[in-house]
Amino acid sequence: MTSQSRFRAGLLDPAQPVPDGLCDGGGRPAGRRYDVYRNNVAVSLIEAMKTAFPLVLKLIGTQNFDRLAGIYVRDHPPSSPLMMFYGARFPDFLEGFAPLAHIGYLSDAARLDIALRQSYHAADAAPFDPEPLQKFSSEALLEATIRLAPSTRILRSCWPLHDIWVFNQSTDAEKPRSISQDILVTRVGFDPIPHALPVGGALWLETLASGVSFGEAHDIALAAHTDFDLATCLTLALSTQALAAINHKDHR
Amino acid sequence: MLDTSPRFEPLPSAPGVGYKPQHFQDLLDAPGPVAWIEVHAENYMGDGGRPLAQLATLSEQFAISIHGVGLSIGGEAALDIDHLSRLKKLCDWIKPASFSEHLAWSTHGAEFMNDLLPLPYTPATLDRVAAHINQVQDTLGRQMLLENPSSYLTFAQSTLSETDFLFELTQRTSCGLLLDVNNVFISSTNLGLSPQAYIDAYPTNKVGEMHVGGHDEDHDDRGAPLLIDSHGKPVVDPVWALLDYALAQTGPKPVLVEWDNDVPDWPTLRAEALRAAHALTS
Repeated sequence: MTSQSRFRAGLLDPAQPVPDGLCDGGGRPAGRRYDVYRNNVAVSLIEAMKTAFPLVLKLIGTQNFDRLAGIYVRDHPPSSPLMMFYGARFPDFLEGFAPLAHIGYLSDAARLDIALRQSYHAADAAPFDPEPLQKFSSEALLEATIRLAPSTRILRSCWPLHDIWVFNQSTDAEKPRSISQDILVTRVGFDPIPHALPVGGALWLETLASGVSFGEAHDIALAAHTDFDLATCLTLALSTQALAAINHKDHR
Repeated sequence: MLDTSPRFEPLPSAPGVGYKPQHFQDLLDAPGPVAWIEVHAENYMGDGGRPLAQLATLSEQFAISIHGVGLSIGGEAALDIDHLSRLKKLCDWIKPASFSEHLAWSTHGAEFMNDLLPLPYTPATLDRVAAHINQVQDTLGRQMLLENPSSYLTFAQSTLSETDFLFELTQRTSCGLLLDVNNVFISSTNLGLSPQAYIDAYPTNKVGEMHVGGHDEDHDDRGAPLLIDSHGKPVVDPVWALLDYALAQTGPKPVLVEWDNDVPDWPTLRAEALRAAHALTS
């Protein structure tokens, strides 16, 4: 084992002994001096998790979160120096964490935290220009493709995820109803905001994002959800700047 | 005429602060003696959004120092080429007055430990760190500054002193040094050495920047003092005194106040910067 492998081995595992060859200034065994590194690593990773998952933290409280994050950071230390994206496996970890199985929506809450964070750091884009929507013939419009803004994220959930988010942002929000809510995260300026998506909206936007034409995406959404309403979804997408650009092969 | 020339090069021999987003407006409106700011490189490696916009705005008024915390220059493995590319992209974009990193490692295998971990000082680690610094400087196309660590322990296998190790690195790579005075105070206290003797043995003619910051006090198994580099408190008087001692040898240098945890309001941090300004003029 290399010297750094030995040093690493005890960092996230308090049961491991202090590695050999570490001393105080007088050449005596380092003892708890090594624990400074153990503590720095654990505390900094748990703090990073708290910054990354504010909704999960709010839902289960600091004490529970500290214990939970303590387990997670040992099992899944960061794989990159980009701490802004740490915690990608936290939703799946929560799904498999039996003691919290009674809070079924916790993993979706973590997914929402991740989506908001990704949106926050996503590339900037010029505001969507809706003019082609009015200028195109209806035929051209059906053939056109639409790109989503880099900061747009779509989440599917079988929980009232948007209501849960709103309920935890303010003191006077209504209690979440027992419904499923898909979410659209968009960023107007610099602050990402989640919006509840109407029926079929998630499928419609995902289909558009995959490069399928405007007309075909509408048909796919309507086939899957008979009460899909294009006008409602398009209004939401436009007002929240979820879209980046509309393209047609004959219109440049 | 296009105004594309770098405005601030090198860092001014004036106080700087570690930038915290909560100080954005205060810093622009009432900077006091602050002439430059330092940011952690890794926090500005996203694709866009507020962090990059703020940095771009600040770079019009302040000289910028990019301070990496994730390159793992002291690591046993090869440097992370993807991370080095991200660093180059950031430096090419913001054109900082200075780039610095740490004599430490943080990545091992596929894992990043998010802490600055120590390495033994031997001819073999010297070769490796020198090769990594040369790779960084070749990639970025600029000189970098290397910061001395805060030490809580030593390695039995070390055969070189930290100051000799740093001197050798400057000879082999032409890198400059970032003298963290708080780290000198912490390491010397923790290892039972004289901080003044450290400064005396240190290649002070290679210093391009200095750091001061706050630390916590603890003790080891035998009750000996164990100072922890926490950056969460005001700078203590003995560290200010050590800064004076170091400045007497280096002459005026850019001096940064680091306060990363329990971040205070702007007037409190600005008062620390004012104290650094006094140290630079006295």
